[in-house]
Amino acid sequence: METGSAELIAQLRAICGREFVLTDGGELATYQSDGLLHYRQRPLVAVLPSDAQEVAAVVRACFEAEVPWVARGSGTGLSGGALPLADGVLIVLARMRRILEVDLENQRVVVQPGVTNLAVSRAVGPSYFYPPDPSSQIVCSIGGNIAENSGGAHCFKYGFTTNYVLGLQVVLSDGTLVRLRRDDPGYDLLGAFVGSEGTLGVTTEITLRVIPAPEHVRTMLAFFPDTGAAGEAVSAIVDQGVVPGAIEMMDSLAIEAAEGATGAGYRLDAGAALLVEVDGPREECESVLTRLERTCEDAGAFEVRLAQTDAERDLIWRARKAAFASMGRIAPAYYVQDGVIPRTRLAAVLREIDALASDYGLRVANVFHAGDGNLHPLVCYDDAVEGEAARAEELAGKIVRACVDAGGSITGEHGVGVDKRDYMSAMFGEADLETFQRLRCAFDPHGLANPGKVMPTPRLCGEVPGPYREHPLERAGIAQRM
Amino acid sequence: MGTLSSVEPETFERAAQALAELTAAGRSARISGAGTKRWGSPGSDAAVPVRTGGLNRILAHDPGDMTATLQAGVPLAEAQERFAACDQQLALDPPTADPGGDSTRSATIGGIVATADCGPLAHRYGGPRDLVVGMTVALADGTIARSGGTVIKNVAGYDVAKLFCGSFGTLGLILSVNVRLHPRLPTTTAVGRTGDPGRLCTAARALAAMPAELEALDLAWEGGAGRLLARCAGPQAGARAQRIAAAMVDEGLHDVATDGEDEPLWERQRAGQRSAAGAVLRVAADPSTTVEVIAAAESADGSLVARAALGHFHLTVPPAQAAAVRSRLPEGAVSVLHDCPPAARQQIDDPWGVTPAGALGLMRALKARFDPSGTCNPGTFVGGI
Repeated sequence: METGSAELIAQLRAICGREFVLTDGGELATYQSDGLLHYRQRPLVAVLPSDAQEVAAVVRACFEAEVPWVARGSGTGLSGGALPLADGVLIVLARMRRILEVDLENQRVVVQPGVTNLAVSRAVGPSYFYPPDPSSQIVCSIGGNIAENSGGAHCFKYGFTTNYVLGLQVVLSDGTLVRLRRDDPGYDLLGAFVGSEGTLGVTTEITLRVIPAPEHVRTMLAFFPDTGAAGEAVSAIVDQGVVPGAIEMMDSLAIEAAEGATGAGYRLDAGAALLVEVDGPREECESVLTRLERTCEDAGAFEVRLAQTDAERDLIWRARKAAFASMGRIAPAYYVQDGVIPRTRLAAVLREIDALASDYGLRVANVFHAGDGNLHPLVCYDDAVEGEAARAEELAGKIVRACVDAGGSITGEHGVGVDKRDYMSAMFGEADLETFQRLRCAFDPHGLANPGKVMPTPRLCGEVPGPYREHPLERAGIAQRM
Repeated sequence: MGTLSSVEPETFERAAQALAELTAAGRSARISGAGTKRWGSPGSDAAVPVRTGGLNRILAHDPGDMTATLQAGVPLAEAQERFAACDQQLALDPPTADPGGDSTRSATIGGIVATADCGPLAHRYGGPRDLVVGMTVALADGTIARSGGTVIKNVAGYDVAKLFCGSFGTLGLILSVNVRLHPRLPTTTAVGRTGDPGRLCTAARALAAMPAELEALDLAWEGGAGRLLARCAGPQAGARAQRIAAAMVDEGLHDVATDGEDEPLWERQRAGQRSAAGAVLRVAADPSTTVEVIAAAESADGSLVARAALGHFHLTVPPAQAAAVRSRLPEGAVSVLHDCPPAARQQIDDPWGVTPAGALGLMRALKARFDPSGTCNPGTFVGGI
């Protein structure tokens, strides 16, 4: 180990305590990937600070040593956003999991970044809830949600993480602690920070808005001969001015996998299943439900079920939530895509995905948030077959390009991370990317916060105050000063 | 550019070129829409007016996707008419009239976004930052840059659009915005009254805690009289408003009523955010401190309208007393001066109030990266930016 690294590690031990600074290869293996397992990299060192002051001291030590760092929550991210750096520090926020304040009078909660998403709703329930609900909500951390601007099944109606963040305490890349509040005058720093994938700093305290839980929830499951008919039903529902709490679609392959895993009673002879949940005041829900049932039948649904009990509702959701995890039943491996399209282009893009899949001789299961056009095609492959993983990745790339060509986005909620970096140029021009870089450089002029993520090619910031010092990325040969 | 008195570009390219030329000539721009909001610090008299009136086209409205793209100079009212024809709305309802009574001026979407202005619908839908899904901007060096997209769900790239929302034109010129739309539904409003500020606040809290999915929850205080307004939207809005009205009676409000022709009630709330002769302070405070904010307004015989659950208040007070009212706001409250007669503006130390040092440092760094030559609206923003 280099002397510089040994000095930094000694400092980190002094800050966090010896047992919370990991350098052993076996211990570091735990942290080599996030939820996107095919990227692996052990960090130089992993630290587990216990509070904001320790995080600030760790970041300050990295700044002094010119060592880059990556922050990690629960490691459930699906774009490699928390992938460590070989020569960098991994800041693991798992020990910071206290709920600091529940203030229902002002409809807000203050938490540390390691608190799980579900724990927030549990802390304020049953009268209140925290709407963003990524599928990983049992384990994913609020800090990670902040970094990714996480969505979930209910965001068509309720919005995303960014709509619920009232305040943050963040550590900037020079180790200073700053408070950002939504209502403070000036630039919307909070808006810039949420969803910046850990590249502007690390958050150490989060104030979230919570809202009254809906009075009434009704869940409906409709089966259609194909995804085209189900897509028509979605359009017809939205055209009536109805904003369901959730509209989720699964195609036949996804139904096969999820039903096999859960036995939830989904029809295996259906080409598509549409899960529609309406929530809100009782009068509205009941009046809407009758209309939606007819709308689905008019669009070609051959069976429509209404959950009559909470148990029936849970069963309907269990299959949907198991859709990703159950893919193992039909394929040894799969690659999750996260494209977005304008909802009206659904049928055309699904046809294109079908055609691409048959070109590549691979199967693609489709699970998606139909209300906001966020597709999660699951490209199935067998990594024991030589070259198939690469073909699957190539197919996944073509799918994401098809989404952009349809007027959509390369990512709806998983983030760019390392996984989608190369697609950024499909969506944004050089002037757009250069403007992103201005924002990044204002927060982190030395490029130490999660470098190598989000942007398609590593870039450095010009006009760094102070005398020239060789940048860690230059030293590593990753980036050049332009 | 030596003789240039003002610019009103009709294309994005011309707008970007105008900024680049001003930058090259060492001059500055005073960017404005319809000019209905004379907020912020005065800035430089030498700045060349750059107006968005020529950028007045609705570039897209996709009813099926519930999105639209508007050039910055499109009056909000005009866009809403277009959306209403498809039973849709941009859920953003700040006052759009000129407080000075000039009927030829009507607030533009660019100006509303640049000032992060909003109205009662903010209760449910948030402000411009929550409704803008993509943006095209021109920077001082002539760069034209896009961020976000046209779809409602998208996390690709940095959220430059949010940074421009409420930036008062100091980072560059907003050329166009992509917005998400919502259904336009029948509405009914429940209204209740009381002369007791404590009772008004307790009632507001009770309604905010109900799972009523309100479009808006506003209160108002003027001349010792308070009112609370709760708006329901949807096919069953009437029945829901009856339930809200019953809750208002339970909370001890009087003259409780529901109204299905409720637009004038809300127009009055919006009007409370502007004043031709008074000073308007935009205050953000914890909703639990509402009684104290009302007391601060009353101390100067002022009035207020507020988003009750958000803790967003507009206080109208005599200009000479604005500074004193500010000092009486509850701890933790922040206030920004909006409307104010020019003569009285000098009595206010800083329209922006106090910005914490750490955040201000980041704001200065952003200004330096986006507009290093200080071309765009210099000296008009927080901390002299």
